[in-house]
Amino acid sequence: MRYFAILREQRGLGAERVSTGAATARALYDELRGRHGFSLPAGRVRVAINGDFTGWDAPVREGDELVFMPPIAGG
Amino acid sequence: MAFKLTRAAIDARALADGLHDTRAGACVTFEGRVRARNGGRAVRALDYETYAPLARKEGDRILAEARRRFSITKAVCVHRTGSLGLGDVAVWVGVTAGHRRAAFEACRYIIDQTKARLPIWKREHYAGGATEWINAAGGRAKRSR
Repeated sequence: MRYFAILREQRGLGAERVSTGAATARALYDELRGRHGFSLPAGRVRVAINGDFTGWDAPVREGDELVFMPPIAGG
Repeated sequence: MAFKLTRAAIDARALADGLHDTRAGACVTFEGRVRARNGGRAVRALDYETYAPLARKEGDRILAEARRRFSITKAVCVHRTGSLGLGDVAVWVGVTAGHRRAAFEACRYIIDQTKARLPIWKREHYAGGATEWINAAGGRAKRSR
């Protein structure tokens, strides 16, 4: 896992390995949100797996790098 | 075609010089700068944080789209990361084209898509010491024009 911005602050670190039984990105976010108290509901977060945007139903496999991205604010 | 992230100050003049192109009758550039007020609050400084590998990939995709959609010769986009002060250039876009219409339209397209799609996050520091991640408050989605 890598965390950025408000999720990084709420998690208290920028990267970690997690063990999970979650089969999809959505299930993993729900699990981590419950564990760490992330303020953002999944509807306001986007997910990337291995460096590319993907959908919430994407399967999670061993060794994947996941990023749950808060609402962006560039420019 | 080049998209770049940089922690160093953006040198707008050097970037514009890099767009020298005798095929181009038009050169349009845009600078996004750090503004002293946002949503009625006095801003002192801000930080940008980015998921760099994906930001670079998405930035390259935006420039490639601009090249497909508009008749342009060169397009560059540079986005700052790290800590910025008031007036600093946060994002710079430069486009050259044979004619002005395509240059204006492509420049507009690139900055709009950059703001909408790049995985970059902004934390504002306010007078008095408070900070806030923009767009990340519960349920609230700020819109900029």
